[in-house]
Amino acid sequence: MSDIAIKVENVSKKYQIGENENFPTLRDKLMELPNRLFKGPKKTKEFWALKDVSFEIKKGEVVGFIGRNGAGKSTMLKILARITEPTSGKITMYGRVASMLEVGTGFNPELTGRENIYLNGAIIGMTKKEISQKFNDIVEFSGVEKFLDTPVKHYSSGMYVRLAFAVAAHLDADILLVDEVLAVGDAEFQKKCLGKMSDLADSGRTVIFVSHNLGVVKDLCNKVIYMQNGTLISHGLTAFVLPKYLKSGLSNNLDGYRSLKDLSLRRNSTEKSLFRYSGISILNSKGKKTTIIKLSEPFSIIIDGVLSSNVNDLKIGMNINSQYGYPLFNTFNNYVKSTFKKGKLSYKINFDSNIFGPGVYTVGLGANATGIVDWIPEAIQISISDTDQKGNTVNKDYDGIVIYPCSWEKI
Amino acid sequence: MSEQVTIIKPSGKLQFINLREIWAYRELLFSFVKRDIQVRYRQTVIGGLWAIVQPLFTMVIFSFFFGHLAKISGGGVPYPIFSYAGLLLWTYFTGAITSSSASMVASASLITKVYFPRIIIPIASTLTGLLDYAVASIVLIGLMFYYQIMPTGQILLVPLTLLLTWMLAMGIGFWLSAMNVKYRDIGYILPFFIQSLLFVTPVIYPSSIAPNFKFLLSLNPMTGIIDAHRAMILGGLPINWVSLGISSILVIVILVTGAAYFKSVEKYFADII
Repeated sequence: MSDIAIKVENVSKKYQIGENENFPTLRDKLMELPNRLFKGPKKTKEFWALKDVSFEIKKGEVVGFIGRNGAGKSTMLKILARITEPTSGKITMYGRVASMLEVGTGFNPELTGRENIYLNGAIIGMTKKEISQKFNDIVEFSGVEKFLDTPVKHYSSGMYVRLAFAVAAHLDADILLVDEVLAVGDAEFQKKCLGKMSDLADSGRTVIFVSHNLGVVKDLCNKVIYMQNGTLISHGLTAFVLPKYLKSGLSNNLDGYRSLKDLSLRRNSTEKSLFRYSGISILNSKGKKTTIIKLSEPFSIIIDGVLSSNVNDLKIGMNINSQYGYPLFNTFNNYVKSTFKKGKLSYKINFDSNIFGPGVYTVGLGANATGIVDWIPEAIQISISDTDQKGNTVNKDYDGIVIYPCSWEKI
Repeated sequence: MSEQVTIIKPSGKLQFINLREIWAYRELLFSFVKRDIQVRYRQTVIGGLWAIVQPLFTMVIFSFFFGHLAKISGGGVPYPIFSYAGLLLWTYFTGAITSSSASMVASASLITKVYFPRIIIPIASTLTGLLDYAVASIVLIGLMFYYQIMPTGQILLVPLTLLLTWMLAMGIGFWLSAMNVKYRDIGYILPFFIQSLLFVTPVIYPSSIAPNFKFLLSLNPMTGIIDAHRAMILGGLPINWVSLGISSILVIVILVTGAAYFKSVEKYFADII
């Protein structure tokens, strides 16, 4: 037996992007036929989600996959979980593999909690015997004993997630593939899940963890694989790789403006959304566009978007996350029902008192209304330097995320 | 203890199903069947009685229009029991191909989130209807008492026709469920296809009324199976072994090619579903 758990050799994955690729109908295929005969095969765009990725993971390692949207980390996880096939390359995994790409996969709303435990257990790869043995533990962990014989459609979303996670958490495997499942449930339950995750990690299992929440990656993983545009940029100890990733975000956008027209920046957005963000800029206190803001310096963010028709309803929001991905707060436009005219729409959001501590912050944008969903989780990054406009450096004992202007009074 | 080793690499063009793997996932297969049975008649008033209502009412309608008004013969037995013995198997068959064709698309959320041999999804959906078949058989027994038809030893061969029907439903299910992932047109074609198929299958009429088209009819694999099924149940009628043999060959061809097609396109499912 070797000490290697996963060996990935030169793995690539290609997707074909053609028109109407998701739901081609027979008509599309038939209409294509004359073209094919006369003009040769239809040219589809190729997109390499992964390009020649190789790495090895040793037994007992807890490895975090990080990277921006479209970096290929989720594709890698899907290939490891055997949901999709690589286009080329080879992967060898030693030990029983289990994947948790979602909590509650296959839960059926009509079935009771008890029935769903057995069904979901079987789907994620447990034997009936195993589920029966662990049944009481699962129920206890989930805390839904009282509702075990109620159809899960009557559960609150919290109960549903707790039960689903409880089943997954009791899956016994040598290699666990986990995708951001922790991003659900209330804070207390997330803590419980994290506890369970670190128990799993401590018990010598190999864990692969994909997340946007760098704080969790930092706490949980001893190694990190950093990916970008389908290639592996860096693989090593968390303490070495994570700072590289954080730095990379800054160097991309020093000029204080970023175009947001690229569709790949978006997540869960409606394809024909009537509103689309087009750009974002950050202005310092002198009105200059820059992503570097001094400590305590007032600044503002300008968001630009385009409406493709008049609408009577538009909710626009912005959220700010810490460099580790923790959401700090969100804020919305003065949301009143009024007419928003077709064409350009811009908002300026002023941060007259800047209480952010030194570090990097990510700005996310969202918009929704009837016919509108546009969500850009990572629109731009702001870095707050550790000196203020007068040249004073932050207190060397400073720790935290914000610098709150409180005063001390001896009493 | 030997360690489980998983190797992942691009699969070749032509694939054959891995029966050993399906066997290894049999618990999951039965979990799917159990789920479908548990969910099926939930929130309905008459529950499992639906399994009886559908073939029974169809039989009553057929008996009135075809048996009573159009005077179609029951080939030697009273028309109601003649048509019910055919409808019993026909209802199972059409239900199984309908649900298995839609099964892959209906399981999209599973396919994109967890690995298991995909083929167990259409297999499971062809098994669920067997319970309905069993329930609806009770009516047949009642009819046999009513018309005082004594089954002969041939009735012990019924599982053979049921097995052939199941294999055919699976074969068609493999083809259609895999095509449906890519071309959603299948969902619209199927009801029309099933409706047309009813007229070229001896459910309403005995195949003896169309002697000139005997060969053409026997190209429909359900012809031999339905005829044999009825003959086995209703005793007195002879079993047409030639016709059943042709059906069996067709069934095997459809099943094997269906499984091979399914397996060959399986790898794209998660990307395009």
